[in-house]
Amino acid sequence: MNDAASESRQHYLNCDYSVRSWLLTTDHKRIALLYLISISAFFALGGVMAGLLRLELLTPQGDLVQAQTYNKFFTIHGITMIFFFLIPSIPAVLGNFLVPIMIGARDLAFPKINLLSWYVYTLGAAFTIVAMVTGGVDTGWTFYTPYSSTYANTNVILTALGVFITGFSSILTGLNFVVTIHKMRAPGLTWFRLPLFIWAHYATSLIMLLGTPVVAITILLVALERGLGIGIFDPAIGGDPVLFQHLFWFYSHPAVYIMILPAMGVMSELIACFSRKRVFGYNFVAFSSMAIAVLGFLVWGHHMFVSSQSMYAGMIFSLLSFLVAIPSAIKVFNWTATMYKGSISFQTPMLYAFGFVGLFTIGGLTGLFLATLAVDVHVHDTYFVVAHFHYIMVGGAIMGYLGGMHFWWPKITGRLYSEILGRIAAALLFVGFNLTFLPQFVLGFLGMPRRYHVYPPEFQMLNVLSTAGATILGLGYALPLLYLTWSLFFGKQAGPNPWGAEGLEWQTPSPPPTFNFERTPVVTQEAYAYDTELEGHRV
Amino acid sequence: MWPTALSQGLRWFPEQASTVAGQVDALFLFLVAVSVFFAGLIFLLVFVFALRYRRRAEDERPKAIHGSLILEGLWTVIPLGIALAIFVWGAYLYFVISRPPAAAMEVYVVGKQWMWKLQHPTGQREINELHVPVNRPVKLTMTSEDVIHSFYVPAFRIKADVVPGRYTSTWFEATKTGEYHLFCAEYCGTSHAVMGGRIVVMEPAEYERWLTGGVSVESLPAAGEAVFARLACNTCHKTDGTGRGPSLVGQFGQTAKLASGETVAVDESYVRESILTPQAKIVSGYPPIMPTFKGLVTEDQLLQLVAYIKSLKLDGQAKP
Repeated sequence: MNDAASESRQHYLNCDYSVRSWLLTTDHKRIALLYLISISAFFALGGVMAGLLRLELLTPQGDLVQAQTYNKFFTIHGITMIFFFLIPSIPAVLGNFLVPIMIGARDLAFPKINLLSWYVYTLGAAFTIVAMVTGGVDTGWTFYTPYSSTYANTNVILTALGVFITGFSSILTGLNFVVTIHKMRAPGLTWFRLPLFIWAHYATSLIMLLGTPVVAITILLVALERGLGIGIFDPAIGGDPVLFQHLFWFYSHPAVYIMILPAMGVMSELIACFSRKRVFGYNFVAFSSMAIAVLGFLVWGHHMFVSSQSMYAGMIFSLLSFLVAIPSAIKVFNWTATMYKGSISFQTPMLYAFGFVGLFTIGGLTGLFLATLAVDVHVHDTYFVVAHFHYIMVGGAIMGYLGGMHFWWPKITGRLYSEILGRIAAALLFVGFNLTFLPQFVLGFLGMPRRYHVYPPEFQMLNVLSTAGATILGLGYALPLLYLTWSLFFGKQAGPNPWGAEGLEWQTPSPPPTFNFERTPVVTQEAYAYDTELEGHRV
Repeated sequence: MWPTALSQGLRWFPEQASTVAGQVDALFLFLVAVSVFFAGLIFLLVFVFALRYRRRAEDERPKAIHGSLILEGLWTVIPLGIALAIFVWGAYLYFVISRPPAAAMEVYVVGKQWMWKLQHPTGQREINELHVPVNRPVKLTMTSEDVIHSFYVPAFRIKADVVPGRYTSTWFEATKTGEYHLFCAEYCGTSHAVMGGRIVVMEPAEYERWLTGGVSVESLPAAGEAVFARLACNTCHKTDGTGRGPSLVGQFGQTAKLASGETVAVDESYVRESILTPQAKIVSGYPPIMPTFKGLVTEDQLLQLVAYIKSLKLDGQAKP
């Protein structure tokens, strides 16, 4: 297909240029792009906040901002990154775009509900932004009571409503995916022929459906106590402050799996494609996603080992937390084995996959420290925890998101980006990330508590290292923004399958036509059939 | 200013200044070893595979490998075994950390935005500072006047949340004299980062001198007795058992039989609950007539009352 032919062909991007056609679209691909723009804006906001936090922590004194301002900054950082970027990132952008195409469907089961979920997200985002602009909020993203419900003097109710509303967009997306994956698979596409990306999204959707209502209700209860004085969490009016932590983590621990499971799905696709191998132990990788989704609901109490929770409850939660580590380990071992006797290339998406495996392994192993009761007593609420969850959420989820973005960018836009810049950015991110967060493990073990804007001077050296790493990390994030945008206008035509990848999404042109396929595809083999003749591969 | 701060250089290990610190660090180092082994294994395999099986020709089609039941079994069972061993080790140590020795010296802690108030049984009060003797177990009974705080001494490897409306506890036995950081580890609002102080561990003789130094103070049980009298508790809770409420002498540390037929351990939390919500657990044989004292006593006074009731031994004598 030459450039001219591709330009003249009608696809989902050039079928209608009007603003109305975008804002009222029910095409899952266009909704994915609406989400992409929204979450990128929040990622930028959260990133700027992270930069300011690191800058303040360069010295032990509070010389950049005052305590209250610092507290608002880390709250904005947490809320935007978790609720408005990480949770929707892979599912709402890549999942939205790819789930129907990967299973050979024309769209999601409920296209209008899909559009509704973006508007719901936008409404929640608007509430939260208004809350931040009109005074901010300083409770931390965790909204612990009774601080949030009684003592904080900031815009808690407005922010809580924003998060509450946004939760429904998550629920709607999860519902849409579950129904679509059950009912709309192409002829011949049985459950065990599905790409592992789909299995991961199926598991994620179940968590979204079952977990999100709990956090929505919990946050609403905080707003009710704060607004109407109904005693639920504040002991001064008859409530129980620790009850909040149970309800909050019942969702917010599984929410970690909402962020990491889709990234794991991306990894299976990337590693298979760039090793030209079927994913080793397909069934084990698929079922480990389901095991994580189920076990993930049973470990919330490991956030509460020092909260006054019963010692025996702590022991059960610790045991279950060790169990949930096993399916993650199984995945890492299987990805590694997939590379064995493969044909491995080092294109940009694969570099992200290498990065993911390394960082997620460290993140997972340091999770064992926190599951270990006596060790958690010491490092709980210190920088050790901060480092651990950034290894999972940034090293894991964001590496997965960016790796997937670089993999499917040619499919989404029809354009290729600069491979050299892509590799440089991936390397910068890996180096910058480790320099930022490795010192924080040591800081936490030494005893530096989190959410401190001033700290004893003996912690400075490690904080300086961390801030230096964050600077490199910032460059690493800015680079893809530039060259991906550049590729939209000047990138080479990608063709339908630039990587020589298997999977239905690579059998339709790039960008795909509005209804994805000219004819409904029929599937006759298992996923990742890389040992057979590659179709449509253009070197 | 910068060079001096930086000259403190890199530290890798926090000070070990309590009996549990070494045990926690041993487990921590074992976890580090396990992590280095598994991370090293994965990194090495990825590195070797990436080099050895790098794509040499564009049209390579490696043979598919579907998987291996034996390998799946091995890399499920071995990590599971190691994980369970770590769990048992961590849980055992947690058990030790959670249960204070019976002979521990008691200190009462009240957290509030943004300070720590500490009281010794002998009546000395401290703000953001705690003086304790070396080589003697110290039990902390803690509560908060407002939001949740967390009492954290890194050198002792102990941390426990301080929760409004209930008592929590932790303990330590310092093994080295010196000064150690006290931090609030649970975010509690604007000045969370400066809600800290120091623990001063002293030689026993030096500690005795510190106790007797300064102004003479009323002991905690004596202060509690005064509150007990001022609130007229003693009109019902008579020491000879003839009052409308049960005598409190010798009750602490025992088990009380409730009107509901259940039993309850008479500990700090139960005494607290009985003062603030008397109707919650009525002792068998007594009418539910006690009014609540919520709002009439401060957290400090509650702790004094607890100390007083604790001091009422069976021979009927308060032992301050």
